[in-house]
Amino acid sequence: MELIFGAVTGLIFGVLLQKSEVLRFDRQVGFLLLEDATIIKFMFSAIVVGAIGMYLAEGYGLIEFQIKPATLVPVALGGLIFGLGWALAGFCPGTALGALGEGRVHALFAILGMLVGAGTYAETRHLLKWKFLKLYNFGTVTLPQFAKINHWLVIAALAAIALILFFMIEKKK
Amino acid sequence: MQLFIFKSKWNPYLAGALAGLLAVGSVVASTRYLGKPKYLGASTSFVSAAGIIESQIDAARVKSNRHYRQAGTELDWQMMFLVGIFLGSLVSSVAGGTFKFEMVPSIWCDFYGDNGFKRAFAAFLGGFISLYGARLAGGCPSGHGLSGMMQLALSSAVAMLAFMLGGIISATVIYRRSW
Repeated sequence: MELIFGAVTGLIFGVLLQKSEVLRFDRQVGFLLLEDATIIKFMFSAIVVGAIGMYLAEGYGLIEFQIKPATLVPVALGGLIFGLGWALAGFCPGTALGALGEGRVHALFAILGMLVGAGTYAETRHLLKWKFLKLYNFGTVTLPQFAKINHWLVIAALAAIALILFFMIEKKK
Repeated sequence: MQLFIFKSKWNPYLAGALAGLLAVGSVVASTRYLGKPKYLGASTSFVSAAGIIESQIDAARVKSNRHYRQAGTELDWQMMFLVGIFLGSLVSSVAGGTFKFEMVPSIWCDFYGDNGFKRAFAAFLGGFISLYGARLAGGCPSGHGLSGMMQLALSSAVAMLAFMLGGIISATVIYRRSW
């Protein structure tokens, strides 16, 4: 049952990634060169719709949140490292599988690199013992909790940012 | 009228909004029918898959590793999610007529030529670096960028900014050699 749920969710997600072309190397790198807005359109639409849905569902007690801990030093450092590799590979972990699905064979080598990178992480994480990695740990906190404001205000602000961005993108055309 | 799936391209605003609904639907349905929420994510599965491969060589070593234990080393929801992405994209691209074998993408070719080995090496290296970073950060653009941002997590907002900052610097250095 769990496996079927995963496969069906992935199948739909794969169609969405492919039809919107966000899984293309040229779209991903184009975004990072600030030349192509496809990723921005897709991501912001997904985040705004998703945030409204998640907070409604949570409000009605249908779901529980799963917030990743805000260990800000490893998150920021790992995020920067991720970005460096992302531009070189031209794919992120999810889109690499989809890119291979539409015949972009070079994604296979990115996937192999990711597998080796993941294994290397599991084997070497314990070696990273610097104390500064533990600084700025705020626990499993959300932006509205952190800033002590209502979550709908944060969602409204996010939606406003998205709309302004969309407006600028469409006007530029 | 042409059936939706046979179109070569969908509006990215619409596809994104549908992805948002899918993310919510997945959590609601999995909470109800599986008893645990399944948030979209991808990078953990690479650790699981690496663990499965490594355990063919040294099973005890994998079992005693905390990171492999946390990620799990059995076929699970997220791994099937990734298999689904592959299949969904395959079906979608074949139906839309956009399936194409490609070894060297055009932006890459403009700067580094059409040598497939060079591109394969760069893709491997980029994949390696990005996944290492994603695990250190606790997620990738799916887990942090979509699922985390939808929950308005502080960690995910920081991760997203770091992803983009690192990516923009890296892309500028790699693909803009006018400097």
